This record gives sequence, structure tokens and C-alpha cells, in this order.
Amino acid sequence: MQPSTRNAAPTPAPPATQPLLSVEGLSVEFGGQRVIDDLSFRVHPGRTLAIVGESGSGKSVTSLSVMRLADMAGARFPTGRILFQGSQGPRDLLTATQKEMRAIRGKEIAMIFQEPMTSLNPVFTIGDQIGETLTLHEGMGKAAAAEEARRLLDMVRLPDAAQILKRYPHQLSGGMRQRVMIAMALACRPRLLIADEPTTALDVTIQAQILTIMRDLQAELGMAMMFITHDMGVVAEMADDVVVMWKGRKVEEGRAADLFATPRQPYTRALLAAVPRLGSMAGQDHPRRLPLTVLDGDHVTTVGEARVQDTADYGAAPLLSVRDLSVRFKSRTNWLGCATHQVHAVTQVSFDIHPGETLALVGESGSGKSTIGRTIQQLQEATSGRISFHGRPLSEMGAADRNRLRRDVQYIFQDPFASLDPRKTVGFSIAEPIRTHGLLDGEREIRKRVDGLLERVGLTPAHAARYPHEFSGGQRQRVCIARALASDPKLIIADEALSALDVSIQAQVINLFMDLQAERGLAYLFISHDMAVVEKMSHRVAVLFLGQIMEMGSRRQIFESPAHDYTRRLLSAVPVADPSRRSRRALLDGEIPSPIRAVGDDPAVLPLEEVRPGHFVRRSA
Amino acid sequence: MPDAVSLHFFRPVFPGWHVLAGFLLKRLIQAVFVMVVVTLVVSFAIRLTGDPALMLTQGAGSITEQDLERIREALGVNRPFLVQYGGFLTGLLRFDFGNSFLGGTPVSRLIADALPATLLLALVSMAVSIALSIPLGIRAATARGGVADQAIRILSLVGLSVPNFWLATMLVLLFAITLGWLPPSGMESPSNFVLPAVTMGVILTATNVRLVRSAMLETLQSQYVMVARAKGLSEGKVLYKHALRNCAIPLITYFGLQFGGLLGGIVVVERVFNWPGLGTLAFDAVAARDYPVLQGVITVLSLLIVGVNLLVDIAYGLVDPRIRTS
Repeated sequence: MQPSTRNAAPTPAPPATQPLLSVEGLSVEFGGQRVIDDLSFRVHPGRTLAIVGESGSGKSVTSLSVMRLADMAGARFPTGRILFQGSQGPRDLLTATQKEMRAIRGKEIAMIFQEPMTSLNPVFTIGDQIGETLTLHEGMGKAAAAEEARRLLDMVRLPDAAQILKRYPHQLSGGMRQRVMIAMALACRPRLLIADEPTTALDVTIQAQILTIMRDLQAELGMAMMFITHDMGVVAEMADDVVVMWKGRKVEEGRAADLFATPRQPYTRALLAAVPRLGSMAGQDHPRRLPLTVLDGDHVTTVGEARVQDTADYGAAPLLSVRDLSVRFKSRTNWLGCATHQVHAVTQVSFDIHPGETLALVGESGSGKSTIGRTIQQLQEATSGRISFHGRPLSEMGAADRNRLRRDVQYIFQDPFASLDPRKTVGFSIAEPIRTHGLLDGEREIRKRVDGLLERVGLTPAHAARYPHEFSGGQRQRVCIARALASDPKLIIADEALSALDVSIQAQVINLFMDLQAERGLAYLFISHDMAVVEKMSHRVAVLFLGQIMEMGSRRQIFESPAHDYTRRLLSAVPVADPSRRSRRALLDGEIPSPIRAVGDDPAVLPLEEVRPGHFVRRSA
Repeated sequence: MPDAVSLHFFRPVFPGWHVLAGFLLKRLIQAVFVMVVVTLVVSFAIRLTGDPALMLTQGAGSITEQDLERIREALGVNRPFLVQYGGFLTGLLRFDFGNSFLGGTPVSRLIADALPATLLLALVSMAVSIALSIPLGIRAATARGGVADQAIRILSLVGLSVPNFWLATMLVLLFAITLGWLPPSGMESPSNFVLPAVTMGVILTATNVRLVRSAMLETLQSQYVMVARAKGLSEGKVLYKHALRNCAIPLITYFGLQFGGLLGGIVVVERVFNWPGLGTLAFDAVAARDYPVLQGVITVLSLLIVGVNLLVDIAYGLVDPRIRTS
């Protein structure tokens, strides 16, 4: 990575000019409950202000309040002013009527939302949706609007813009849709662009493309940006100024470089300490359990021990052994129901997991990483290949042995909200594997075991009688871990189990995973798209692309001397939470290719070469 | 349709235009199967209701068993059931439903006379209901929990509880007899449509308004509705352009299914308003045990329902590009 040209000189101080947007003492209430309290900040022309915070910090409500879209959800604004320097002169947006706001929305303040997959209306063409804004605010005719829309799509570097105008949203990938959203938002050259988590739902290489486009267009059009995000890496990459929010209040603000270098407030310090940083483990052979930096009243303390996680037992026979695993799904069928196209989800994947080891499967969407996990857990049939547990192939096991295997291998899903039955107490959910497998007799024994598990994951026995909706996301994921532990497994498959959690919670759960591994010699198959978390957690890493392993080796080999081009691209795309390492990276081009192929057109499988002991790299074509 | 019913139930699975021919062929085979089953059941069941020869000779003086037997032979009802049914099926291939037992008019002629009246009434009723339920349902969804929403829901509950024949009778009493504004029966002028169409339309609206409301509530949660508002579009454009078009699939499905129910319900309403349609024809045929007429009417009605469902499937592709272009 090369140092940024923007970073050669320190970011200039906020100019003495009038701020474009000045929020003063804003508070927002929903049904009498105050979610934003006494919030003030300023956005200057041509600069980017990042508003960062964890879930429930009120950062999204802030953006919707500036647009006055929060009104539709029933927001009230008891105090404050939102002064905006519009083309008609300064205006307090809080006193504007909805009719007046409609002239500002889309014209002077535009917004991009988090979910590119659902932000575009599925029943209208891209051309119609961009053209609509132009017709509305610029009074353009249909032909002029179409021509301008084409120019806008060129501007966000979408190839073949004329064709894309005629397409519908479902025909575009997530990254392309987000570019369309940007084109739509910039249609009337707004003075202020609000971007609410614009890249959170995207793969990391696509995120890098979108961030680069946004940064370039901001410089070109000279607009101000308000960037809402939870991702400190993205903040470091994009922001000139930062406002940190916590529970509806502003905790700290300042220039990005200063805030990352010398955070003044304890909360900011705890937040930054929890952010996993790519490269933080350089030079170390094993993952390390690190103490947590936590907020204790109004100062920060560290709790817990530091420990080298040297738990992997490579002397023992592999616990799980996967050989030449392939999984294909029917994708398109002809009218007789025969497959004409197949999804090649997994192609000839082989790996071992040893007791006490964490093997990470990393990759972007469509890489097949979750399919591998589901196939091992027998939630999905393999098309070919062999999965053996303790040296015994799954295909040779009878129903009883397979059932026993379901006890030894447990699965933790990404979404702790969806993976617990909302109508059952968490105690019931945790006890379910014990009852299903008949592990304990008698209610008292089971109760005791559930209580013990709850305590082990950092909850209390009293929690057993409660229902999932009474818990926060992090607590629910702890419940899911307790449930996974209930049958005393040997291997836990954690499928993006940390992805939905705030970073501070994430750091706690990482330590919990590591402690359980040290205590019980658990092995983990850790499926993730987050390279920084993988670097913290894992002993070995397999990088997947389109269902094939591109590179596999120890954590240190993969992160410090990546040998495959794809691994290097993946690593360079990860935004690092440090503005001084802001990269002026080469633009990553292109889309992630589709794993769907016609029947008979099988993907080429090139051989893996061992470049160093234990370090395998797929030969490139 | 209670709110709790998941609308996903109505989301269709459609294979896309490139296999349209195969799709239509499958549908045709299905339709033939449906027709055979429906006509078989109907032909069998109607023969359990009694002897048409006795009905025809009711009130006549001295009828001997030989006379009855001769009548039965003339009508063809003395043959074994499967022979009669086979005759009906082969006739069907030539669009020949046989002749009415009463007066010997070809059934196809009777149906050709009555069908337009019924279709017209059904379509006008549907139109009345859609014109009422879409704006009311959207109003209820946007005012969720508010006064308008409560009022619309209570009215819809009242509408659901009222039987159609009672409503028809009350409307006739009030507007035709007491006030004398509208004709009570017959089908001579457009004003004749008002009372039967309003009766059917109001009953349908009671259900439809709830369906529109819940479909709309689901759509209003969508991100693209927020995006449409963030563009600065007016609420009218947001609701009627961006949101409504996305509700169309569950609504079209339900309206399509409803059309079948509507044709069933229309029998009673046609009776009350003395409407010269299929309902009246079928009603009289049942009373007279006029097998050929009843078989013919039911065959045509099931064909209509199969046809409407096919149109619904094709309409999905027209409103939803995800189906059209997949």
C-alpha cells in the first residue's frame, strides 16, 4: 500500500467560511422517548463529516432528521435548529413544511441508503428512476432526462450506461445498484450528500470501489458529505471531521487525524481499542487473546488477561477432514424440470481441522464459504467428495452415527435475532440439544447444566426464563453460543457469527470464543468476510473465491506473505482504522463473477502448489 | 382476508417468458383435468336430486309408469350414468351441451344469451370494488392506528358480516321502492346496474380493503419508499406510483381468485334483482332438474375461472419485471 497523496499534508483545519449545515441543540423524540439529545455539529462545504456510533447511538435518526424524513416515522423535535445554507439563503429545516422540504430533498440535500438491494424500486427501470429526479427538480423532458441519466451513469463509472438505463434493479449486482443510487443522488448536484452506511452491505472489494468513486466525485463536484457509519475503517478512509455518538448524544468531535491519534473521551478510546485492525498481529505465530478496553464510569480500564492462543494440536489426527468436496445446485431449468444451469457453489475443496484449531474460511459473496459449513453440518447434500470426522467418512455412517455427529458439530449462525425461536424461553432453547440427544436425565440436572452454560457465556441463570426479544444482539449471540455448547461439541462452525455485532461486543465474543477453545480444546471452522477479525482469531486461513480455495496457509503466511493475487486484492481492499495509513489504492475494477454456469461447462480447476511448508497457492492461469 | 394472513402465500412462482409455451401447455392439461373432474362431480350429483320426468309431469293428471318411462327415454336419462356422461363429454368437443329438458332449446343458445349479462355485472362489481378498496386501503395503511384506519376497519367488518341477499333486499326497499330513484329489477338500462353492482361491490370491498391495507403496510416498510421520499416526490407519487405498483402482485392474485367466488355469489344476487344471467339460468335449472342446462352452466363457469387464473399468471409478468425477465 502506498501512502495517500491526500495525506502528504495534514488535513487542513475547518475553514472559517460559513458552515453549510449547522445542527444546534437538536433533540428528537419518538412517542415521548428521547433518542437524540442536545446534538450539535457542523458540516462545511467540500468536507466530509463522519458520524460514527454503535447500534442505538442515534446516528441514522440524525440523518433522517436532517432530511425531515423522520417525521414519517412519527418523530418530534422538541428543541434545536437545523440551519442549512440553501440556494435560497439560510433556512431552519426544522421549521420548514413538508412541502418546502420536498423542494430541498433530492435537489439540495440528497441521500444514499444502506441496502442497495432494496433501495431501488424493483418495478421501474434504472433510467426511469434516475430520470424521475431530473424531471421533478430540473423540469427536464423525457429525452433530456434520459441523456442526462446516461451521463450520470458514466460519471459513476458504470460501463455500458445506455444499456443499464433500460434494465431493472434485479438485473444488476449490489455494487452496480449502489453506483446507480449515487448517480441518482448526485443528479441535481446537491450541496450536501448524506450517505447512511452506504457500503455496509457490500463485499470489501466492491466497498473499496464505491468509496473511491464517492471520494473522487466529492472532489469533482465540491459538495459536502455527511457519512453515517459504524465502521471505523471507513471513517479513517473517508472523513475530514468526525462526530462520535453514543446513546443519542455527541461524545466527541474533531478532525479525523486527531481523533484517531489522540481520542480525548473514554468512550472513544474504548471504541477505538475494540476495532480490529488489519496488520495488528504482524510478526506473531499464534492468535492472541487480548485484554478488553472497557468504559468504567468515566475512565477506561483494561480487563482480562493477555494470552497466546497456542491451542491447536497438530500432533493429533485431524478432527475433521474434507477431501475434494463439491456442491452444485440447480439454477435454471427447462420446462421439463431438467437443469440447464448450475450454481457451482463449492468445487473440489480439501482441508483438515485439528483439535483446538481455528480454521478461517474467508471470501466474498458467492465464494461458497457458508455452503461448506452447511454441508459439514449435514444441512446440505454434497455433490461429490468426502467428509470424515475422526477419520470416519460421513458416507459410511449409519443414521445413529450421523445423529451423534450432529452432537459433536454445532453451528452458530450470523443472525442471533433469527436463530432463536421467539416463542420459547432461552432456557428451553439451550436445553433443546440436551433433550434431543438424551444427554441428561431429570429436569434438575438439565436446569443445572443450562444455568452453568449461561454463566459460562457471561449471562446469569435468571436469564433462562426470559424470551429472546428481551435480550440485546450481543446477549442473544451469547445464548446461541451457550446452546451450541450444550451438547459438548468438538467442533463449532461459526458462520459470520460476529458480523452482526457492534465492535465492542464483537471483541468480547472473540475473547469468549478463545477462552472456550483454551478450556475445552474446541475446534472452530470460522466463516467470515471480515479479514481483520480473521487475523485476530484464527490459526490457519483458507481464502475462497468462486467455490475454490485460492490460497491456504497459516494466519501469518496469508496475512504477511500473501502469494495469490486474489488474496492480495482482498487484503488491500480492507479499510484500516487509521487515517495515517489511508491508501490511494489502485482502483479495483470489475464485479465478482457469477458461480452460475451452463450444465457441462465445468470450471477449470488448476492445481494447488505448496510454496512454503503448509502454504498452498492455486496456480494462476 | 384478515391482516395476519401472510401475503407471501400469494407470491407466484412463474418460470419466465422463455418457457411460456411449456407453461401454457401445462396449464391446458391442468384445465382439461379440472373440467373433467368438475363436470363428472356435477353430473353425478345432479342425478341424485330426483327424477326430471316427475318434475316435467308435475300437475298433469293421469300419468302412468309407461308414460314416465317414455319421457325418460326421450330425455336419455334411462341410460347408465357413464353412458350419459360420455355423451355429454363428446358433445362438449363440438361445443354442444345438448338441449334443455324444458322446451328443447339448445343449451349453448341459453348460455350465449345469459353469459354477457353475468360477465358484465361481475366486471362492473369488480370495478366498483377496486375503485373503492384501493384508495380506502391506502388511506387506512398511511393512517395506521389513526381515526381513518379504525373507521375503515370497522366499516369493513360490518361489510363482512352482512349477507349479500339481505343487503340487496334493503337496497331495493330503500332506493327502488321507498325513494323510487332506481329500477328494482331487470336489465334494460345502465341504471339497472347500480343496485346489483353496488351490492356485490360493497361486499367485495369489505374484504379487499383489508387486503390492500396489509399489502400497502408491507410495501411502505420498503427502503425504496424511503428513497422515493428522499428524492422529494409528493406523497401521492410515492403511494400511487412507487408503492402501489409493488403491491400489485398479491392484489392481482387475490382479485383473480375472488372472481371465481364472485361468479358463485352472483347467483343469489341475480335472483334478487331478476338479472337475466347465468345465475338465474342455473337457479331455474336446479329447480327443474334440467340436467343439460346445469351441466352446461357449470362447465362454462369453471372454464371462466380457469381462464381468469391463466390471465392472472400472465398479468404477473406484465406488472413485475423480475418475473418477466428472469
